[in-house]
Parts: sequence; C-alpha cells; structure tokens
Amino acid sequence: MRQTLLRLEGLSKSYPGVRANDDISFEIGEGQMHALLGENGAGKSTLVKMIYGLVRPDAGQMILRGEAYAPAVPSEARRKGVAMVFQHFSLFDALDVAENVALGMENPPALRDLAERIRTVSEEYGLPLDPSRLVGELSAGERQRVEIVRCLLQDPKLLIMDEPTSVLTPQEVEVLFRTLRKLSEEGTAVLYISHKLEEIRALCDEATILRGGKKVATCDPREKSARELAELMVGQLLTPPERPERPFGEVVLEVEKLSLKSNNPFGTSLKNISFQLRKGEVLGIAGVAGNGQDELLLMLAGELCAPPGQVRLKGAPIGDLGPNHRRGLGLVTAPEERLGHAAAPDMSLTENALLSGSGRKRLEKGGFIDWGKTEGFAREVIERFDVRTPGPDVLARALSGGNLQKFVIGREIELDPDVIIVNQPTWGVDAAAAATIRQALLDLAGKGAGVLVISQDLDELLEVADSFAALNEGRLTQVRPAKGLTVEEIGLMMGGAGDMHVAHEAAE
Amino acid sequence: MILGSINPAVLMAALMVAATPILLAAIGELVVEKSGVLNLGVEGMMIMGACIGFIVAVNTGSPLIGFAGAALGGMALALLFALLTQALMTNQVASGLALTLFGLGLTALLGQQYVGITPPRTPRLDLGPLAEIPFFGRAFFRHDIVVYLSILLVGAVWWFLKYSRAGMILRAVGENHDAAHALGYSVKRVRLLAIVFGGACAGLGGAYLSLIRVPQWTEGMTVGAGWIALALVVFASWRPWRALAGAYLFGGVVVLQLNLQAAGVRIPVEYLSMSPYLITILVLVIISSGKGRGSLNAPGSLNRPFHASS
Repeated sequence: MRQTLLRLEGLSKSYPGVRANDDISFEIGEGQMHALLGENGAGKSTLVKMIYGLVRPDAGQMILRGEAYAPAVPSEARRKGVAMVFQHFSLFDALDVAENVALGMENPPALRDLAERIRTVSEEYGLPLDPSRLVGELSAGERQRVEIVRCLLQDPKLLIMDEPTSVLTPQEVEVLFRTLRKLSEEGTAVLYISHKLEEIRALCDEATILRGGKKVATCDPREKSARELAELMVGQLLTPPERPERPFGEVVLEVEKLSLKSNNPFGTSLKNISFQLRKGEVLGIAGVAGNGQDELLLMLAGELCAPPGQVRLKGAPIGDLGPNHRRGLGLVTAPEERLGHAAAPDMSLTENALLSGSGRKRLEKGGFIDWGKTEGFAREVIERFDVRTPGPDVLARALSGGNLQKFVIGREIELDPDVIIVNQPTWGVDAAAAATIRQALLDLAGKGAGVLVISQDLDELLEVADSFAALNEGRLTQVRPAKGLTVEEIGLMMGGAGDMHVAHEAAE
Repeated sequence: MILGSINPAVLMAALMVAATPILLAAIGELVVEKSGVLNLGVEGMMIMGACIGFIVAVNTGSPLIGFAGAALGGMALALLFALLTQALMTNQVASGLALTLFGLGLTALLGQQYVGITPPRTPRLDLGPLAEIPFFGRAFFRHDIVVYLSILLVGAVWWFLKYSRAGMILRAVGENHDAAHALGYSVKRVRLLAIVFGGACAGLGGAYLSLIRVPQWTEGMTVGAGWIALALVVFASWRPWRALAGAYLFGGVVVLQLNLQAAGVRIPVEYLSMSPYLITILVLVIISSGKGRGSLNAPGSLNRPFHASS
C-alpha cells in the first residue's frame, strides 16, 4: 500500500441556501491518479477550492503528509506542493506565456531564465511551448499546456486538474494522458476532476464519486463499467435519446464558399465554408473551441453579415439580414453563452421570452407589448421543457445553468422554426437536463426542421447527429454521414487533416 | 512667414510647462486603468491638488511642502473613490463623475480666502552649464524640478509595468480579475493602491497649475485638464512613453494656440482647443475597429466590477 499524501476528514462547506460539501472524507496516495467524479453542482469545485486554499471549510480538516494542512490562500497551498490547473479563469490573454507562468509561481526566476526553463520542462513532458507568445493567440490545447507547465515548474506533490479534456481533441487528450502517467510514475499525485467516465476508467486507479455535496462511493474505476459509474453519479437510470429513422427532405439552409473576417482580434476568421442542411437532418459540427464556432454561429444568426447570396434559407438569399428578420423567416439560433448572449441576465423569463418570441408569436400589437400573451408563452416553455423555477417572473440569472439552457433552447423550439442552430447546447448542464435538450432537438428534426448542432462534446454529437463535419482554424471539413465514423477519423477531421480539404475542393 | 515670429526654443520650453500637469495626471490614471479601474474623477482630484497645494504652500511658504500636500489631497479624494467602488461596489463611471463635481464644489469652498494671493515662487532647478547650451539650454534645462520629476515618473511607471513583478501583477489584475483572484492575488488591494497612486499624481498635476503654471488660485481653474488627461491615456493606448509624447503634443497645441493668436493668425481658437478631443475620438475609433495592437493593450477588465464569488 502506498503512503497517504493527503487525507480529508469530514470536510463541509455551506453557502446561503446550499450545502455544497457535506462531511466528505477520502485519501489520496503518493503518486496516485485519483478521480473526483460528479455532476455539475455535485460539489467538486468547492472541494478542490478548499484544497487549493481559495475557500475555507466550515468544518473538518485536511492532513498533508502527516501534518495538519489548512491553507488560507493559494500561495500557501503552492508552497506546500499543491498545484492546480483550472478549467478556465486563470490565464491572461494580453500577457505572454512566460508572464502567465510567472504569475502562478511563488518565487519566479528572472523572466529570461524562466523562458529557458519553460522550454526545457515543456519539451521534457512533450508539451512544446514558445514562452514569448501572447496567450491570446494560443489554441485551447496550448493554453492548457501553459497551465500545466506553470504547475510542473514548482515540482508539485499533488496536481489538481479541473475538467482538463473538455477543450481538447482526442489526439491532444492522448498527449495529456502520457504526461500525467509520466508524472504519476515520478511520484506526483493527480486529483483528476471530470464527468467523462471512459477517461477516468483509462487513467485513474481510484475514484471518489460525489452527488449533491455528499460522497457516495470510493471505488476502483477499472473494476466498474461506465454505466455503473454514471448511475452512481446521477443516482438514477439514464435512457439514451430515441432517434427514429426518418427521410431527409429538401435543402433548407445552404452556405456556399463563404469567407468572413472575425470581429474579434483573437477570433478565427471563417474560410471558404460550404454546407447544406436538409429538412429533418441533424448536422453536427465538431471542433476544439476557438476554431471558428462563435463566428459560424454569429454569421448564421445574422449578428455578422455576409454577402447575401452565399447564405440561403429555403433558396432565398439571407446573408445580409439581421437576426430578427431571419427569425421571422424561420431560422432561429441559441448561442453558447447563456447569460448575456442567449438571455439577458437581469430580465425576467417573461421578458426574455419576449425578446426572441415577439415576432413569430405576435406578442406585440401596434407597438405595444401584450404582456398577458407573453407570460403565457413563457409558461408554455417552462412547462413543456420542465424548467425548474418558481415562475416566469424570476430573473434569468437566478436559474441554474441547466434550467436556463432548457428555457433558452425551449424558447426557440417553441417558435416552430424551419432551421434551428445551437452552439454547445448542453455545456455545463447536468445529465438529466442534457438528455431533455437533446431529445427536444431530435423531436424537432423529426417534425421536419433542419437542426445544426455546434459542439465540442463528441459523445453528444455522435448521439444526435445524422451528418458530421468539423471546424478547424475556420475551415469546415466535408460533411460525412455520422454512422460508421470512428473516433480516430473524427480526431483527424478536427485536427484538419489536409487531404480532406483537397478532396472537398476537387469535388466542387 | 507667420511662424517666424515664434521662437522655437521658447515655444519648446512653454510646451513642457503646459504639458506637465496633464502628463502627471495622465500617468497616474494610466496606472489606475491598467489595474482595471476607470476613475473619471481625475478633474476633481486635480482641482483638489491645486487648491490644497496652494493653501499649504501659502501657509508654509514652501512650494515643495505644497506639492506634498497636494499629493495627499488627491489621495484623500482617491481613497473616497476606492471606498465607493471597491468596498461598496458602486458604479465606477457614476462615482468618478460625482468625484469630479464634489472636488470642484469642495475646493470652491476651501479656496475662498485664497483668491488673488500670489503663491511662493518655485525656483528653477540649477543645472549649471547645461542651462547655457544655446537653444537646448533655453528649451530643456531651465525648468523647475517638477517638470523633470514628471519625466522621471513616466520612466519609472514604464519600468514598473514592464519589468517588475508587482507591475506584472497589476497588469494581470487589470487584464482578467477572475484569473488573478483564482491564482490568489488580492484584486481589491492592488486596485486600491493603484487608485491612490493615481490620486497622488492627479494632485501633483493640479498643484503644478496653481503653483507654477498660472500661478494663482481661482475657482475651477483646471478647466478640463483632467478630461484631457483621461483622453490622453486612451490616446496613448495605455503606454507610458506614448502618454509623454501625447502630453507634449497636446501641450504643444495649447501653446501654439496662444502663440498663433499673438502672431495674428486667423484660425478660431476653438478649433485648436477641440483638437485633443478630436484626436482621442479618432484613436478610440481606430482601437475599436480592432486593427493593430492598440486594441490588445486595453486592459481586459477595465470598468468591470469585481465580486469575489468563491
């Protein structure tokens, strides 16, 4: 038996109205790969924030290598050998790689020496990095390398990784796993947070599963099936969405050889994008974040204007029309960012329903709002999509991510569109809500609408999509039938395998 | 040739004097904005510095003590702003505007008995033989100590932001306060210190007006210098040396406008007084069009309130 590195004893933490962590105890051994599993809101983040010194526990204690351990600030945790790779929120776009690394270190050497060490360490672990580049110019995978290298430079005893693979291609995940195994062999323990079960089964020796702030089990993930783990995590049985066979109709949405400059200095411009979407078809577009997904959505939604003829809805040019106009013609969208883009955070659900529904649902009369009808529309969405909220006059920001997402997508589906475009429909949404949303999209396709799903979650795409394409540096691969695609092939498409573009262009 | 009647050396010297107040205020505000806070109260802190500096200098007879008092006066007002925006989480824009109005009103009251008095003279710094160099001596080496201090301050701020660890943390806080917080930096403490530094600089700038440039106390005597300083920070796209160049450019416009009038050129003065703001609007348009690196240098968290969520 390995020696214990960190022992947690009865950790508890409450926030107003929520018991985020309730009496959690487990041990992490030296050099162990320990998984922390749980749904969103199960309390994983709170727990690791306590270990990293960002949050103080209300009760309980931690013991690191036989000594009491209660970091008051992250720098104390770092001094004691605990490092953390964040899911987001810890890099600075306008600073270069070396500066970003230095900011996460206790006693960084002079920047020039640091640059040298970054090069050495990053190559030793197979994560090449150029210290002088601005972080804003890096891909998601490279950004994560910055975070990992930042931790490695401090010789951590325990490395906490918060959902590290959500932004990586399958090939990048392999590289990351090799790095983590190497670290583990060298004696560094890894606390690996994820809800991706196959990853955990491939990587970890032990898993602690949280649900609703409580520990439900500690087990060896290699001895359990993914389904058993999922049921422990969710506490109920899950049914995969039904996907009836259905014929595709005529083309409803068509984009032809469209190139468009991004409106964001760190964005990705779209390059020569072509695809067709037919009635009843679900087209999944994969890709690692920052490869043009946002721009594609903005272009299709009408927030970025394109030459009219290159975007056609049911044969009519719509490239230069704005979002409301397009919605009127039957094309609706739900962007990735729920708060602030899909919904106005400080407005009620009724008001948010009005914002997108006013045209198609005729919620306005002679320039005046019909509040009664609007509230009815909001209630309809809430009931049909099982949005858990006290009522339609609650502010959008008060809803949990999953519930707001159900509302935002439900609102668009209720408009009875011919084409719906969604970006990351289940990002940060719990499994039950995700299943509802996916089923709703499939039902809509069953009724004859064209559905376009942009997502970084491959499992999701394989579950719902009939056809599949990937975005890479603003280019879209050829659309292929989803049936029979292997993860390998998808990885190649996401990585922008060159021959596919050539074949695509030659075919035209 | 109309410009023949203007002596370039004298013009240069006058330009440096005219530019110093806005340069001081701008370099302070630059640091504040780099930390992610937009303090629109520069005008208020400047007039506070002008008034307190004048009162202290008259009562002690020492302009240097006056300048120190001015810095404290600016800091006091800045602390009020920091309390409002960092502790009480009020809106930065509204608080900054209120600070300006409050400063103008308070100084009108405090300075009532000092109108019409002449302050003690600030001697020029004796630079020995340097001052005797033809042309350059007259243009650059016959100034008071504050002019040189302002240039030194620009260099110090540039070094601080570019090379020091504290400066890097300050930039990090301004770029992404959530990330800085997650790494364990105290966003509020960094911002508080930056705001107070900005207040001290604005106070010094104000005192330069009342003790050297004018030199007299009159109500509302900053007449928009604080706003020019604010514009200057954007114009300089948050780079210290560009702020220096911009201040001298704007200072030059002011001096030129006086000289051109004296030389009898018939351009309405209003055009020249408008020009700093026009240039700033142009720069803002260029930045927001997303071209060039200017847009990247703007602090990412500027004017976004920070709530520690964890």
